[in-house]
Amino acid sequence: MNIIGAWAIPIVICLFIAVGLVKSVGVFDSFLEGAKDGARVLFQIIPSLVGLITAVEMFKASGALDVLTHAMEPVAQLLHIPSDVMPLALLRPVSGGSSVAMLDRILSAVGPDSPSGRVASVVCGAGETTFYTSTVYYGSVGVKKIRHTLIAALTADATASILSAWAVNLLF
Amino acid sequence: MDYIWGGMILLSLVFGACNGRMQEVSDAVFSGAGQGVEVCIALLGAMCFWSGLMKIADRSGITIFIGRLCRPIIRVLFPTLGKNSPAAGAMSLNFAANILGLGNAATPLGLKAMKCLQAENPRKDVASDNMLMFVVINTASLQIIPTTVATLRVKYGSVNPLDIMPAIWIASIGALLVGVLLAKLLNKWRAAH
Repeated sequence: MNIIGAWAIPIVICLFIAVGLVKSVGVFDSFLEGAKDGARVLFQIIPSLVGLITAVEMFKASGALDVLTHAMEPVAQLLHIPSDVMPLALLRPVSGGSSVAMLDRILSAVGPDSPSGRVASVVCGAGETTFYTSTVYYGSVGVKKIRHTLIAALTADATASILSAWAVNLLF
Repeated sequence: MDYIWGGMILLSLVFGACNGRMQEVSDAVFSGAGQGVEVCIALLGAMCFWSGLMKIADRSGITIFIGRLCRPIIRVLFPTLGKNSPAAGAMSLNFAANILGLGNAATPLGLKAMKCLQAENPRKDVASDNMLMFVVINTASLQIIPTTVATLRVKYGSVNPLDIMPAIWIASIGALLVGVLLAKLLNKWRAAH
């Protein structure tokens, strides 16, 4: 896989530049212009990202996650999600870095090839940091009303967690 | 978003008080704000580079060409997208980067696609159906090889660190389908009301 990844990027870059040279679009000037736009877009994201990450950090620090996990206990049991994986499933859409840190803790505690270790790995691998992606993408173009984005995306995240537990039970 | 964001902050006060963790909550305000900027700075290099490269691709017609290649898939997911929209090419490249696990390239390409979608959006502060679908697909993130997870499994001595891949595919494809269908249904439902 890393071979595909390692080749894909340089090849795509060279291809783009070669076509640009053939069509003589002024590759370096175009590059500079685009890069400047890119920097501008990124600075537009800073406020929304600061807002989001601060709220997430406060929420995590308050220990609210433990309380939520506790409240979700019956749901987890119903869906056969191991109780030590539940906090990870709740954290996954909110914070990427913390999910990886939590997966690290779970794997070191129960081992990567235990049932919980497997479900935790799958939950972490199949999920995405929904809030971050949505904030960055909409923030970059100044969209404020995101309608039913989070309903659809969070339902998808919940599906991913449920299917993770189901698939691990099925395959192992 | 108002309620989720506000709710998270209000709840952290409540839970922080119950759990006696007010100091941690207070510290988190400043470390969180700092992290927000750090994340942006970390993205800055990739963002500049890929935006620059995409400008070359736009001017030499590559974006439109890729968009036409992926037209069959794009048309199903984004039926209202303009026929020669540059968004189609940028979105296709973003999907490809995501699937290959090239996160550093995926985000700049995705933001470029958002910019193209915004150009076609009649109401600039409201997400269009196409934007919504694009963001939902990105939050479901299909990835062939989960590199980060595999690395951690190796670290803790997994016998076969990649044996969980089929399970990850099942879970992420299922999640993607649910997300896409729900986005489609709600787009239709909201349009009808």
